[in-house]
Amino acid sequence: MSSSSSQIAVYARIRRNPRFTELVAKRQGFATLLSVIVLVIFYGFFMVVAFNPSVIGKRLSEGSYLTVGIAAELFMFIFFWLLTAFYVKRANGEFDAMTTEIIRDASKEVK
Amino acid sequence: MLARLNLALLALLAPALAVAGDAISATEKQPLNLHAIGMFVLFVSMTLGITYWAAGRTKSTADFYTAGGGITGFQNGLAIAGDYMSAATLLGLTALVYTKGVDGYIYMIAFFAGWPIILFLMAERLRNLGKFTFADITSYRLNQNRVRTMAAVSSLTVVCFYLVAQMVGAGQLIKLLFGLDYNIALFVVGALMMVYVTFGGMVATTWVQIIKACMLLVGGTLVAILAMSQFDFSFDKMMGQAVSLHSLGEKLLFPGTLIPDPITALSLGLGLMFGTAGLPHILMRFFTVTNAKEARKSVLYASGFVAYFFNVILLMGFAAIIIVGQNPEFFEGGQVGGKIIGGGNMIAMHLAKAVGGNLLLGFLSAVAFATILAVVSGLALAGAAAISHDIYARVIRKGKSTETEELRVSRFASVGLGLVAIVLGIAFEKMNVAFMVALAFGIAASANFPVLILSMYWKGLTTRGAIIGGYSGLIAAVLLVVLSKSVWVTVLGNAQAIFPYDQPALFSMPLAFLLTYIFSKLDNSAEGNAERAMFDDQYVRAQTGFGASEASSH
Repeated sequence: MSSSSSQIAVYARIRRNPRFTELVAKRQGFATLLSVIVLVIFYGFFMVVAFNPSVIGKRLSEGSYLTVGIAAELFMFIFFWLLTAFYVKRANGEFDAMTTEIIRDASKEVK
Repeated sequence: MLARLNLALLALLAPALAVAGDAISATEKQPLNLHAIGMFVLFVSMTLGITYWAAGRTKSTADFYTAGGGITGFQNGLAIAGDYMSAATLLGLTALVYTKGVDGYIYMIAFFAGWPIILFLMAERLRNLGKFTFADITSYRLNQNRVRTMAAVSSLTVVCFYLVAQMVGAGQLIKLLFGLDYNIALFVVGALMMVYVTFGGMVATTWVQIIKACMLLVGGTLVAILAMSQFDFSFDKMMGQAVSLHSLGEKLLFPGTLIPDPITALSLGLGLMFGTAGLPHILMRFFTVTNAKEARKSVLYASGFVAYFFNVILLMGFAAIIIVGQNPEFFEGGQVGGKIIGGGNMIAMHLAKAVGGNLLLGFLSAVAFATILAVVSGLALAGAAAISHDIYARVIRKGKSTETEELRVSRFASVGLGLVAIVLGIAFEKMNVAFMVALAFGIAASANFPVLILSMYWKGLTTRGAIIGGYSGLIAAVLLVVLSKSVWVTVLGNAQAIFPYDQPALFSMPLAFLLTYIFSKLDNSAEGNAERAMFDDQYVRAQTGFGASEASSH
């Protein structure tokens, strides 16, 4: 896939823009943080399933059938989805605004 | 042309329905379910109508592969959820909760947890770099011929296994639900799929997927609400009865036979999570939206629907323990605790009948059929794109073919894949095809995912590393599944499995990563250095979307 020379010039300008470095660092940091949260909780849960399965069936309170396992999974379904919503909100708002600005600046200079 | 085809299809359906009548009167086991047939015919005519409309809009390759890139995030989210929630999900997971309790829920969270990761690490880069297939991304700065060929080979392997698993399931299900002969059922599914994909391309496939996803969500919700109403909507009341009635008793609440050891648990978690991120028909959906913004929204909606539906299935499974498991009507010979009529996969269907009568059973049957049709269409389209866009247009013709030529090849490829699906579906009728899904996810996680993610994130990746790592992952995944219990013992009839686990991902995926890394590092060729140098521009495009392929306007 080849890019035209004007495109290549824009790419070079974008790379030199400190705002671009800032955008990438911010967004990547945010995405990495959220990924780590999801992976730690998810594999933490799987570790409990694998090494200490008796905890999964423990009831949260006497007489209730809400067990640690069911509660933890329900929590994951909701919490992970909320993280998704959180990322989309920030990426589509704050980060995309920065991106538009960076592209506009770079294209302007080339023309 | 299309009107004629509609007629041909009706002609094909009519004798099939007549045969169904014969089969039913002969065995008297499957009552003729007029509700199911009526609703199914309604679904088919609606989707054929959409295909007719879509055919008029499918003029370029962009229309065919990605619906011109004009799908909104919400529509795409529904379609992705539709792609992801196959009939196996509805029937298999309900049955899993019914027989094994909480194990089924653990399976579902593993199926779900891949979605946030796809969003955080991949969604916007996929959209910004890709055009029609994920090979567009892996070959962006690497050797077109070799990397594309590899991506096409592993895509087609995944598509074929997944397709066969769906077809065999479809044949058996339709036989049970509609009383249709297995072979005829496969022809009906294959023929409809070919019509959707060949004429309507991605536009039709997407809408079939959206309609089906809505039907599935409505149907599942209805069954779950009606079932819960029998327990005054109290989870505790339902669980209390389920635990006291089920043969597993309290063990229903603990991880059991499905996840017998830590390695299986980890491998399952890895395979399902990263397998999702390497399935070609799912990846392809990211190229149908307008821009990265919409791509992100797609995941938000898709994961919301999937999470919701999995919890609905949990309720269905537990409720079925009491409602279906105690009702002699659903057991062979009326013996409670004996063999379920139609086998374990029918639990969801029996539940629908128990709580909503024949009307709801009919609706859910039609949903199951629609689900199969939609999923095989998505798969066939992804396979056709690998053949026509990657192999034909880029590798064989080196990008010099015209749109008309490429479009023609993609249509032939769709028809060809449809025929392959029918033939293999018939060939594998009597076989336990459970391993095929494990294999599809295993290959996706081990061959597609490592190369894809490294091509987006790691400057050091070179063609040599990608090729060696990708093919090793592919071969390792296939070998390990062949040596595992599901093929070595169940299919080949040996006494003991050589590879003791079902999911290969824990071993084959790290192998692919490791070899890709080592051979990229060792690659000092001029070609390799040129590829590394091209990363910087790719990186800017991945991050900003500048230069990304845009939605074509009509």
